[in-house]
Amino acid sequence: MPDLLIELFSEEIPARMQSRAADDLRTRVTDGLVEAGLTYAGAAAFSTPRRLTLTVQGLLAASPTTTEERKGPRTDAPEKAIEGFLRGAGVSRDALEVRDEKKGQVYFAKITKQGRPADVIVAEVLEGVIRNFPWPKSMRWGSGSLRWVRPLHSILCILTDDAGEASIVEMDVDGIKAGNSTEGHRFMAPGAFTISSFDQYQSTLKARHVILDAAERAEAIWQDATNQAFAAGLEVVEDRGLLAEVAGLVEWPVVLMGEIGAEYLDLPPEVLQTSMREHQKFFSVKNPKTGRIERFITVANRETADHGATILAGNQKVLSARLADAKFFWENDLRVAETGGQKWLDALGDVTFHNKLGSQAERINRIAALAREVAPAVGVDPDLAEQAARWAKADLSSEMVYEFPELQGLMGRYYAKRAGMPAEVAAAAEEHYSPLGPSDDVPTAPVSVAVALADKLDLLTGFWAIDEKPTGSKDPFALRRAALGVIRLVVENGVPIPLSEAGRTVLMVWLDWTPSYPNNLLNSEINQLQNKLKETDAQEALFKDRLSFFHDRLKVYLKDQGIRHDVIDACVAMPGNDDLALLVKRAQALSDFLKTEDGENLLQGFKRANNILTQAEEKDGVEYSYGADIKFAEMDEERALFAALDAQGPIITEALASEDFAAAMSAMAALRAPIDAFFEAVQVNTDNSVVRRNRLNLLSRIRKTCLDAADLARIEG
Amino acid sequence: MAENGHIPRSFQEIILRLQAYWAEQGCAMLQPYDMEVGAGTFHPATTLRSLGTNPWTAAYVQPSRRPTDGRYGDSPNRWQHYYQYQVIIKPSPPDLQALYLGSLSAIGIDMDLHDIRFVEDDWESPTLGAWGLGWEVWCDGMEVSQFTYFQQVGGHDCHPVSGELTYGLERLAMYVLGFDDGNEMPFNAPDAPIPLTYGDVFREAEAQYARWNFDVADTDMLLQHFLDAEAECARILDAPEIDPKTGRRIVMALPAYDQCIKASHVFNLLDARGVISVTERQAYIGRVRALAKKCADAFVQTPAGGWAA
Repeated sequence: MPDLLIELFSEEIPARMQSRAADDLRTRVTDGLVEAGLTYAGAAAFSTPRRLTLTVQGLLAASPTTTEERKGPRTDAPEKAIEGFLRGAGVSRDALEVRDEKKGQVYFAKITKQGRPADVIVAEVLEGVIRNFPWPKSMRWGSGSLRWVRPLHSILCILTDDAGEASIVEMDVDGIKAGNSTEGHRFMAPGAFTISSFDQYQSTLKARHVILDAAERAEAIWQDATNQAFAAGLEVVEDRGLLAEVAGLVEWPVVLMGEIGAEYLDLPPEVLQTSMREHQKFFSVKNPKTGRIERFITVANRETADHGATILAGNQKVLSARLADAKFFWENDLRVAETGGQKWLDALGDVTFHNKLGSQAERINRIAALAREVAPAVGVDPDLAEQAARWAKADLSSEMVYEFPELQGLMGRYYAKRAGMPAEVAAAAEEHYSPLGPSDDVPTAPVSVAVALADKLDLLTGFWAIDEKPTGSKDPFALRRAALGVIRLVVENGVPIPLSEAGRTVLMVWLDWTPSYPNNLLNSEINQLQNKLKETDAQEALFKDRLSFFHDRLKVYLKDQGIRHDVIDACVAMPGNDDLALLVKRAQALSDFLKTEDGENLLQGFKRANNILTQAEEKDGVEYSYGADIKFAEMDEERALFAALDAQGPIITEALASEDFAAAMSAMAALRAPIDAFFEAVQVNTDNSVVRRNRLNLLSRIRKTCLDAADLARIEG
Repeated sequence: MAENGHIPRSFQEIILRLQAYWAEQGCAMLQPYDMEVGAGTFHPATTLRSLGTNPWTAAYVQPSRRPTDGRYGDSPNRWQHYYQYQVIIKPSPPDLQALYLGSLSAIGIDMDLHDIRFVEDDWESPTLGAWGLGWEVWCDGMEVSQFTYFQQVGGHDCHPVSGELTYGLERLAMYVLGFDDGNEMPFNAPDAPIPLTYGDVFREAEAQYARWNFDVADTDMLLQHFLDAEAECARILDAPEIDPKTGRRIVMALPAYDQCIKASHVFNLLDARGVISVTERQAYIGRVRALAKKCADAFVQTPAGGWAA
């Protein structure tokens, strides 16, 4: 059985696209082959900056010939129906077979699909794959109309039979004829050579300074980098993303370690690392004793006669220029910080946050007001919270953050320290952006929590006010993430703030804002929005809608923690559902309780009681809610239930009042046995109407006791 | 071949070698466009000639101005006035990468000692409504050129596709000549009777322009210039195709495009003066793009743009 080798040789493929492209080539080609009847034993794909390669072993030499029998119309069917059948089956009338069936004589056609040789199928499949390749971005070149990620230069496509004889698969895509040759390293081994098998391809490439496998290149880079660092008593700062990218930039990796100029070593390590990674794709090498970054590692794409000396010197020079810029920004910024940073805060007035929500300075006013308000709930001094909020976005005006936006927050922390601000304020500058996702750390420092909450609640209130809510997959302002952030901050820190109206302050500050854009149309559009929201009803609707958004996000959050959606619904239905910390405590306790046998049975008991009650209430047109009296009890089980409810009721009420849901649930567990026994022995709907009413009122006590804990009617099962 | 077997000794020698090399490859050696532009791409020989179906090939030096980059002549590697070397070939030849590498050899970069890399960098000009795919070319980790296959210009799909090469001449020269401070590199030969450095030629000019760009330029006047250029561009393109005087069909895409260039540069000056807010910025860029688009629409109505009666 032959092996197939395909190589698509092009100009440099962006590193970030290579591995996905290799996967796509493999799945699309093999899927196409299998669909056409060519099965295979194994396949693997590879990528380098200049090539995508696919090897398929043990391919069928031809697709099998298949026959299929198709049942047609009866022989006495209208002529048109018979002709239609012949067309569909692609056979002539004399090839039809007549068979006796129950309902009469019926035509049968035998359809034979001739097998086709592998090369024909490969050519067809590969051309389709090339023409429809799912590049994230593709282009045309020259006068052609073919699209590829960068100009495609050649196609290698051969089938190698068991004897080792290779034959070229004949095909032509937009003038590019498939052949059996490729090229090695662009500089170290220029020129074409021919290929007869995958093994020979891979080994010849290596001899011509191309390592085909990206994982092998990455491994070689990492090995060599860590060895060189180790030999100098240092260690490489791990960066898997960078390693994968660098492996996609070279066919023949050569690792070189260089020095960072002494004048730059005192820059914050994050600045050094970011500058080196973003601009130069260098790894950082740190001193394990001090944590200081002292050297860099660059990966060249070739060996040279001077062992990389020229290359390293060039890279060092570029790095110095980059770091000179970074140092320049850092020193300028420190000067501003030392004077208190007022220049930055003023500049934020000129930075638009969103045209309908005003500038960054206006946003900060809202956050500051809100941070003050939230402060008592997290246990911090409102003045400190406000100070932190006012500083939180200052670094957005700094030169360093302008150059490296990913350093926002972190620079705010450094500059706050330099400005002599309290440590809590500095920490909040960095931490208030968090959490950025479901797995990001949640700040715990109270000032950071206050500012983080104010920051996110401002987003959510503001965008709700201007009606820019997320819809479907569109969430351009990352409001879902902000809501999750609020949830995690509140829940994981146990902050007792009700979310229904949290952020009302933001709305008030925004309503007082007088936009003064040169564009009057915009001003009046904003005024209209503001006027609408001055109505109490509109405000109520806004907060109600936003609360249900919080609840939706909460469901996602709790689902990830293994709490079922109906359990959450049962708790959301309770009063005080805007206190998420409370809600989650309740949901957690209920979820745990329902996993126990007592919990499961109590739920069944509740449901039974609730069903009987609901039916009786519907039938009688009254509500049974009061007046169960033990003196009308006739049976022991009935009296035992009275006793149990009398005993557990106050315990449950008290536990709920003190928000100890676990204690409430365990008290409820004690009701399970009496309830079960009651239903076992007692018939509620008796002929004696006094006894019946009394029993219904007793059931109502069960219902009420359970519903005080959570709306168990919403629990499924 | 321009390759002299030695490393160039001056800024101008690098330009001369590039000129000789690309002339040898058959490019039309054009001269700089006689207006203030932000980059070599703005030259109509690139922007407009990349439109339509006519083949085209040109190379030229383009003095370029980025007012916000001014550092009063004090920066070793930033100037508000600098030079780009620009090559444009339509349709892009299949060996454009090899031709490009040949040009690096021509200016004395030894391919056996240096590490040349093509690193993804897609080019986009929001003001020109143009984009393309390509790379920044790295030599030992330094970006020495931008290499782009134009896909769209002025909102028009490019067909055929032009290949565009842009060399930042100062940075490239500093590297090749071995200078950390661009102002110190020789402009002419160091042993010329009157040797001049880059700084001798430009440092004082940089200070003067920086002061004017940042603090002195009359912003009211510039705003008016922007409006005037915008209006004139529209007026030119609104004129009837048939010239009443000669009776000939004359679509005035080039004069209209001059106004677009002017508006773009005035916008850059206003930006440097710090009078354009972030919100307004986008709006201004959009207005220049609208002009560029109209000019592109007009250019494809001219014979150079492939229009046939």
